[in-house]
Order: sequence, then structure tokens, then C-alpha cells
Amino acid sequence: MNFILDEYLPLAIFIIVALVISCLFILANFLVARRNPDPEKSDAFESGFPQFGDSRMKFDIRFYLVTLLFIIFDLEVTFLFPWAITFGNLGLLGFFSMMFFLGVLTIGFIYEWKKGALEWQ
Amino acid sequence: MTASLLSFYIFSTVILLSSLMVITSKNPVHSVLFLILTFFNGAGLFIILHAEFLAMILIIVYVGAVAVLFLFVVMMLDFKISLDKNNILQYLPIGFFVGVVFISELIIVLINTKFDLSNIQILVNPMIKFENLTNTEAIGSILYTDYILYFQLSGVILLVAMIGSIVLTLRTREGVKRQSIQSQLDRKYKSTITMVDPKSNEGVDI
Amino acid sequence: MGIFTIILPEIFLFLSSTLLLMVGLFYRRINIINLLTFLLIIFTAVLVIYQPSSFGFNNSFVNDEFSKTIKVLILIGSASTLLMFSSSRRKLNIDIYEFPILISFASLGMMVMVSSNDLLAMFIGLELQSLSLYVLASLNRNSLQSSESGIKYFILGALSSGLLLFGVSYIYGFTGNTNFSLISATYDKDSLGLLIGIVFVCSGLAFKVSAVPFHMWTPDVYQGAPTPVTGFFALAPKVAAVALFLRFLYSSFGETAADWQQIIIFLSIASMIFAAFAAIAQSNIKRLMAYSSIGHIGYILIGMACFNFEGVQSLIIYLIIYLVMNVSVFSFILMMKRKDEYCENIDDLSGLYRHNPFYAILIALSMFSLAGIPPLAGFFGKFYIFMSAIKNDLYLLAVVGIVASVVSAFYYLRIVKIIYFDEPSEKFDEFNSSSLNLIFFISSGIVILFFVYPSPILNIGNYAAKTFF
Repeated sequence: MNFILDEYLPLAIFIIVALVISCLFILANFLVARRNPDPEKSDAFESGFPQFGDSRMKFDIRFYLVTLLFIIFDLEVTFLFPWAITFGNLGLLGFFSMMFFLGVLTIGFIYEWKKGALEWQ
Repeated sequence: MTASLLSFYIFSTVILLSSLMVITSKNPVHSVLFLILTFFNGAGLFIILHAEFLAMILIIVYVGAVAVLFLFVVMMLDFKISLDKNNILQYLPIGFFVGVVFISELIIVLINTKFDLSNIQILVNPMIKFENLTNTEAIGSILYTDYILYFQLSGVILLVAMIGSIVLTLRTREGVKRQSIQSQLDRKYKSTITMVDPKSNEGVDI
Repeated sequence: MGIFTIILPEIFLFLSSTLLLMVGLFYRRINIINLLTFLLIIFTAVLVIYQPSSFGFNNSFVNDEFSKTIKVLILIGSASTLLMFSSSRRKLNIDIYEFPILISFASLGMMVMVSSNDLLAMFIGLELQSLSLYVLASLNRNSLQSSESGIKYFILGALSSGLLLFGVSYIYGFTGNTNFSLISATYDKDSLGLLIGIVFVCSGLAFKVSAVPFHMWTPDVYQGAPTPVTGFFALAPKVAAVALFLRFLYSSFGETAADWQQIIIFLSIASMIFAAFAAIAQSNIKRLMAYSSIGHIGYILIGMACFNFEGVQSLIIYLIIYLVMNVSVFSFILMMKRKDEYCENIDDLSGLYRHNPFYAILIALSMFSLAGIPPLAGFFGKFYIFMSAIKNDLYLLAVVGIVASVVSAFYYLRIVKIIYFDEPSEKFDEFNSSSLNLIFFISSGIVILFFVYPSPILNIGNYAAKTFF
């Protein structure tokens, strides 16, 4: 069962090299760089003022809707990959099956658009 | 120790540790980042199983979209509350109980098969038909024709998800000035400009 | 293209409701959209009735007498929900045209569930149904209770789907098949892994039918959801989940009946006893109906545990009567208005008899029927169930069932007592919603007059039960 290593050897080497190099740099920073922190320096920078409020603010729920709609179309796209690869052998049924699927999603898209979900108010 | 076995152990150790961190780390943002690490290692396990398509989908959909959604949700919540309160002990007994039930079932099955998993009969090996295809091609060659019903129904599920998310989260705000491109382009100067000849001391009615 | 005639009603329901989804974007008359959806659901039911028995899609989708009967019941439940919606949409703050569309998508999911002969089809149908139901439960966004019920339902529903999938993966792993018929043809009887798979799928499905000990979501969701949605929960998804449960156990694990019978018997006894005692202290009528539905699921599961012709027949009869009784009660709950505000407390009913004797007697008879007092429909439902249990030597179930009926009669009769003997409180608004009156009178009529001419419903039970035996 060694063929996994054969197939993914370049990838594995790449990951290992990337890991080693990035660790090295962090380590080098840690060892070599001069560190002389004081409370003013380590404070969050807020255009010169003393910091007020939390750095994390609550997001608007509209972002949520946008991501949710993105996920749905993302999932739709994942169905397209295998279809595109095998497209030549699927015949008419396979073609119209995907067209119907896309049609259903288009209906959803029209619905979103007309409802104004894609509009930033 | 073959390479695949070694990588299996690496991936599953990281999965276990990072999923433990998901539920124990106090900062929800860190939890989400550990969740992403879990997904990545799950993708690694799929690659060992030669299910490259699923591995990539796991990364595209779960890391690229679902984890981002989780981050948004975390940002939307006022999570200082959960930072302050340490209530893990409250849920520990029930979680422990459920965990024990699941583990004991796995052990019972293992004992029942006398630790010889080759006894389990897999009657249908779905990959036999597709031996010289990649797994993406194998999925593609049956999903759209043999499994057309399930494929279309998942399209319907996505449609319902769209309707549901819009119904539950979309609010139209009052008093927002929006762009209306068509009416802006349709503007003719005749309809917007009127020439008046004001008389002295009377002013103009607009 | 011949295979698509097998799912003709489903295709019709889907295409026409997406068409209505588009129409609704441009034509904003919710009443018209609702009426059109109502008509197309009725037409789908007609298509289902005239469909020949058939199967297809690698034998994963079957149309038989059983599935046809259940589908018609589900569509009747959905159609009556739409009538409930039309009268209450403004007041309950659910005045959006997506409501009927979501109901018809949920019905589509349930039709797939009922016809599924494959673990995959079962799961996809279940998810399509549940996703629509989660949205429906939290439809009133401005109400904290409605959002809470949606969230609770969603989290517990997702958990139950997880359990179900865990079980499905065991079953697939130990039999190598997802098709019910192939599973029954190839499984290894002594396999413990398979048994664990069955246990997990059963617990996932028990969540969906809300049988004790997987009932926790039911009272909160029933109370929090908008009333027409609560009515829908009690009517259609219950029936669909019971049918799916039955087909899953009967088609794929018929030969190991002794194993899963114990699970069903346990669920049944626990549900009946729990519901009988827990409902006593309730003051909200929607919550009371939640406990009542848990109890009814207990009786229905007796029929499932029997695993013979009489069992299925009595189960179908019980389902029909349960549906009718619930339509009657929920349409009445929607009529309980005072100064244009909905009342949900049982005490609000006090002295209804003085103001509205006719409605009082009808709702009292519905309560008697839920309690199972002869000669009303509910009694016959229970009678057939207990008879089939006794024929099968399941004496314990029959005895527990009768004891639970007696205990639960207490809280149904308490409502009757409040209606007739308590000091009258303020008068309700006029019961003048024609759509609610229509379904209330029809369903109460069936409940009361069932004993005069019971043969149609008995024949339906007979017709549907033939599928399995």
C-alpha cells in the first residue's frame, strides 16, 4: 500500500518543507529579534487614542444571509465537478438531469434576486 | 509501518486532539480555527481512502464556506458571556454518558466479530464496476443517471434552504435610499426640469 | 422516460409549487396563492389515488397500497393546515406567501419518505421534510417563543438525523446494501453490528415520531410554533414518520421481528404512560395536545409491534382517526379568540357551554373521542389496536394501553368539565371563519358519526395492510 506515498510524494515534501521553513522563521524571530515590550507598545493601536471598546464588534445578520446563500451555491458547484468530468459518457439523461438541477437553483436565484436578498440595504 | 498507516495515525491523532480543543478552548474563534484543522485532517483521511473528490469537497465546502459561516455566527453572538462562565462541568456527565454508550457499542461490535474485521461481509463492492476510473469519474457516472432521483431531491433541498434562509433572516428596512438604475437611466430632462417664469412678489409653487 | 410516471404526483407537486413561488414574487395576493396551493395539493392527492402500483429508480421508490393511503392522509393534513393558515395569518404575524409553498415542499419530502424503499431515499425525504419544518416552526420571527421552538426543533432534529445516519452506516457496513429489499434478502441474523444499526435508526425515527424517551422537543415546539404550524406538526409529519418507521422495519427486518419488537414495545409503553401522567398538569392547550400526540404515538406503536395484518390495519385506522380528531381540535383552538387575541389556556374555555352550546358539545365530543369513550371514533381506533395486540399475545401492551387511556381520560374530561361546569368567563369572539368552520364541522362529524358507517375507513385499513402481508 505504498502507492499513496508515491502519488502524493511531491505534495508531502512540499508540506514538510513549508512547515519546516515557517517554523524556522518563527524560531529565528524568537531568538534573534530584539524584544523590549512595555505596556504602551503592546497596547492595541487605535489611531493614537487610548483604546476604547472591544476590538470585536457584533456583525450584522445580513452577513449571515450572504454567507448562507454562498454556501448553497458552493454546494451546487460541487455537483458540477463530477458531471463535467463524465459529461461525454452520460448521454441525454445525464445532460437534462443537470439542466433540471440548475433550473431549480435558477428559480431559487430569481427568488433571491426579486426578494432583494442580494441587495445591500 | 507503511506510509499510509503512518499518515493515518498522524491524521487521526491530530483530529482527536483538535476536536478536543474545539470543545475545550474558551475563545469561540479559536474553537472555529481548531474545527478547520479537524476538517483538514479529515480531508487527509479521505485521501488515504483514495476518495480525493470527497477530500477536496470537504475543504472547499466545509473550510471555505461552513467554517466561515461559523466565524460569522461567533462574531454575531455576544460571546463574552461564554468566556466568563465556565460551565463545562455542567454538561460533562451527560456528554460522558453518551460517549460511553457509543464507545461500548463499538467495543461490543468488535468483540462480537472477535477482532477479525475481515469476517464482516461487504456484499457489494461498489467500486468493482469502476476499477479503472478515478473516484470523481465514478461518482459522476452514476450520480446523474442511476441516482437521478436523489440528485434532483438534493436540488430541491437546496431550494428549500434558500427559501428558508431568506424567510427567516431577510428584513426590509424602512427609509433606506436605494439605487434604482432603470428609473435613473430613464430620466429625461423634460420630465425633471420645468421652466417657470416667476412673477415678482409671488414666488414659485414647486 | 417511463420511470418518471412513478413519481408523477411528486413531480407535479414540485413543479406547480415552484411555479407558485415565482408567481408569488410578482403577484402579492397571499389568499390567492394559498388557495391555489390548496387546490394543487388536492389535485396531487387525486393523482396519487389514480396511480398504479409500481416501483423504480433501482427499486428505491415504491408506490403500493400502503404508500398511497398514507400519502393521501398526509396531503389531507397539509390541505387542512392551509385552511387554518388562511384564517389566522394576519393575527399570528406569519403573513407571508412562502407559508403554503413551504407546506407543499414539506409534503413533497413526506411523500418521498413514505415511498422510500432505500436508506438513501429515506434520509433525503426526511431531510427535505425536516428542513421545511424547521423554517415553519420559527416562522414568526418577532416572537421569542417561536424562534426558541425553531431552534430547539432544529438542534434536536439534527441530533436525531445524526443518530439515524450512524445507524444507517452500521446497516450498510454489515449488509453491504442500502435497499430495504436487498437488506432483507442478504442480512446475517446473528450480526450484532446490524442490531446496533437498527437500534440507532429506530432512535432517530423515534425522535421524528416523538416517542418517549425521544419526545423532549415536542411540548416546547408545539407550544412555541404558530398554531397552524403546530397543527401541521401534529397532522402530517407524524403520519409520514410512522409510515416510514413501519416500512423500514417491515420491509428490511421482517425476519428478525423479535429483536426490534422489544424496542417498539418499550417505546410504546413509555410513551403511553409518560403522556398520560405528564399531560395532567398542563394549562396550555397546545402543550396539552403535544402530550396527547405523544400518547397517541404510543397506541400507534402497539399496532406496529404486532407485525401482522391486523396490526397494520388497526394502525392505519388509528392514524386516520387521529388525523381527523386533531384537525377538529386544532381548528377549534384557532377559533378561540377574545377581542381578536388568541387564547391558548385551557381555563379560557370555561363556561363555553353557556355562550356557544353547539360548539361546546362538538368540542366536548372530540375530547371524549380523544379519550376513547364509545361510541366515538377514538374508541374504535383504540379498540382495533387493543384487539390486534391481544390476538398477538401482547397482553402487556393491551393492559398498559387501557390503563393509560383511563388515566389520560382525566385530562380530556377536565376540559369537558371546564367547558360545562365552570363559571363562564368572557365570551369568545364570533366563530365566523368559514374555512375553520368547514374543517371543524367535517372532522367533528366524522368523529361523531364514525360508528354509523365505519366500513369505508375499515376498508382503507384493509386495503393498505395488504401491502405487507
